[in-house]
Amino acid sequence: MQVSVKNVRKEFDRFPALHDVSLDIVSGELIALLGPSGSGKTTLLRLIAGLEYPTSGAIYFGDEDASHKSVQERNVGFVFQHYALFRHMTILENVSFGLKVRPRETRPAAAEIRRKALELLDLVQLSGLEKRYPNQLSGGQRQRVALARALAIEPRVLLLDEPFGALDAQVRRELRKWLREIHDRTGHTTVFVTHDQEEALELSDRLCVMSQGRIEQVGTPDDVYDRPASPFVFGFIGESSELPATVENGEFWVDGRAIGVAATDQAPGKGKLYFRPHDVDLVEADAALAGVVAGHRRVGGTRRVELSVGGDHRKVELDLPFDHPAGEKTRLAFRPRRWRFFPEAV
Amino acid sequence: MATAAPIRAGWRLKQPSVIPGFGLTLGFTLTYFSLIILIPLIALMLRAAGIGPAGFWAAATDPRVLASLRTSFTTALIAASINVVFGTLIAWVLVRYRFPGRRVFDAIVDLPFALPTAVAGIALTAIYAPSGSIGALFAPLGIRIAYTPIGIVIAMVFIGLPFVVRTVQPILEEVSREIEEASATLGANRFQTITRVILPGLAPAILTGFALAFARAVGEYGSVIFIAGNIPFVSEIAPLLIVIRLEEFNYTGAAVIATVMLSISFLMLLFINLVQAWSRKRYGYGN
Repeated sequence: MQVSVKNVRKEFDRFPALHDVSLDIVSGELIALLGPSGSGKTTLLRLIAGLEYPTSGAIYFGDEDASHKSVQERNVGFVFQHYALFRHMTILENVSFGLKVRPRETRPAAAEIRRKALELLDLVQLSGLEKRYPNQLSGGQRQRVALARALAIEPRVLLLDEPFGALDAQVRRELRKWLREIHDRTGHTTVFVTHDQEEALELSDRLCVMSQGRIEQVGTPDDVYDRPASPFVFGFIGESSELPATVENGEFWVDGRAIGVAATDQAPGKGKLYFRPHDVDLVEADAALAGVVAGHRRVGGTRRVELSVGGDHRKVELDLPFDHPAGEKTRLAFRPRRWRFFPEAV
Repeated sequence: MATAAPIRAGWRLKQPSVIPGFGLTLGFTLTYFSLIILIPLIALMLRAAGIGPAGFWAAATDPRVLASLRTSFTTALIAASINVVFGTLIAWVLVRYRFPGRRVFDAIVDLPFALPTAVAGIALTAIYAPSGSIGALFAPLGIRIAYTPIGIVIAMVFIGLPFVVRTVQPILEEVSREIEEASATLGANRFQTITRVILPGLAPAILTGFALAFARAVGEYGSVIFIAGNIPFVSEIAPLLIVIRLEEFNYTGAAVIATVMLSISFLMLLFINLVQAWSRKRYGYGN
């Protein structure tokens, strides 16, 4: 089911949580809404579900305007961060709940409901636990029950609100992989909210990066990581360093020195130069950025060096192979290999 | 291979714990419990047992005693059941809606705790008597409220209400919005959400409220005697009969009725507690 969010604005007590947000969700894709707390990502998810109503704008399910449909009519599967399982029901009863509450005309026969619920429990690898109560399961198992319960109603869209937020790192990684498999197998259009960029990059077909109630960028993980559309996205996704720079004579200048990097396609003026710690080349030349080593630490297979650059000691981070001889030096010169320049807003 | 130090098997009074003061607190608790509850109750039962099994049986099965016990327990059960329904409703309103005067309303719920029960009894009688403002409405229909078991139920509802509200309220506050939202996303309408999701979740709290309201109603004396009319075999409650026996200097007779009441109440509360413990173990409420 294709879902289109059109110019949606949402206010809580006249405080805007979303400003004029538009987003097209392609049928069958797995899309992540990514952003810091307060960016409006959960609000957007709840608006799609029908748990909130937009102050203005519309939400379409396919060609049908769903904006004023109730959550029951929208037929969405929603998975909550804290599972929201019904504690007084067994796992099987939890999963079959959505089918049991259907009106008599559309409700499958009891045996059919049971068969379907057991099949879903098998899909989420919880066969044999159907008689347990939620209280008797681990966090990861509970979240899988919640997913099975949401899938039972054959939802048009599957919505997940920080589904792995309450789980520990190991279980998170497992469930991430597992969710991707389930998605590939069932093909539900899936939207999930996360503040974990690693999770979003690994799991999703597309990312929608949000900040302060606005969408900053929508794109594939590669797009968003390699071609961030705004300083916010550059800073939020992956590691980054920034330096104030000036474009003049087709070159970048930092602190009044040319740094030997051609400013291709950039208009002259001031702005900020962004680059990632692993996208730099160490050089011996004069025309380069240079800084004093302020400290270094081992990060996995690389050594991350913190440099203090320029008169006002701006901190910049570089990644070197852990056994690189330059790791011992007190002063390093480098040039960003890949960079993004964001001119100052005039 | 070195043998490990033998671990002392078997039951131990005290599990090793980092929390200090087990001996002190348990000792204090038992002393306190004995002084305030156990010793007086044992003295009561010894007194009742003093007349021997045959005498006890005769005193306990006296028709007037049986009638008063029946009146006490049936009215208390009815009152507790009514309180469960309306107490839960009041708790729901207080938790779920924000309206002007909510805090005041919330405070008023506790008034039956604080009011001298005799005052409550007199006030209720004044209103529900055939000449009172509400009693006068029912009098033409031939319904008498005061001086009948209906009056007893009303007094018991009054004094038991806060118990249900105050036990259900915190649990209702805890039932997360998410549970209701989950139910709605699965297609359940409001009625299904309430009857299938919320109320079953509240059941243990409602049961506790019921037990407390029931226990309070069974033991109630002050408010009931004003409104009950106290007609033997009709609207005479067991606590009143105990007082009557005392006034007749029949201390043993009073102790027998008290012991019977105590036993019935204890069995009922024990049963309710067992149900609670079972549901807690199964559903994990309260941990």
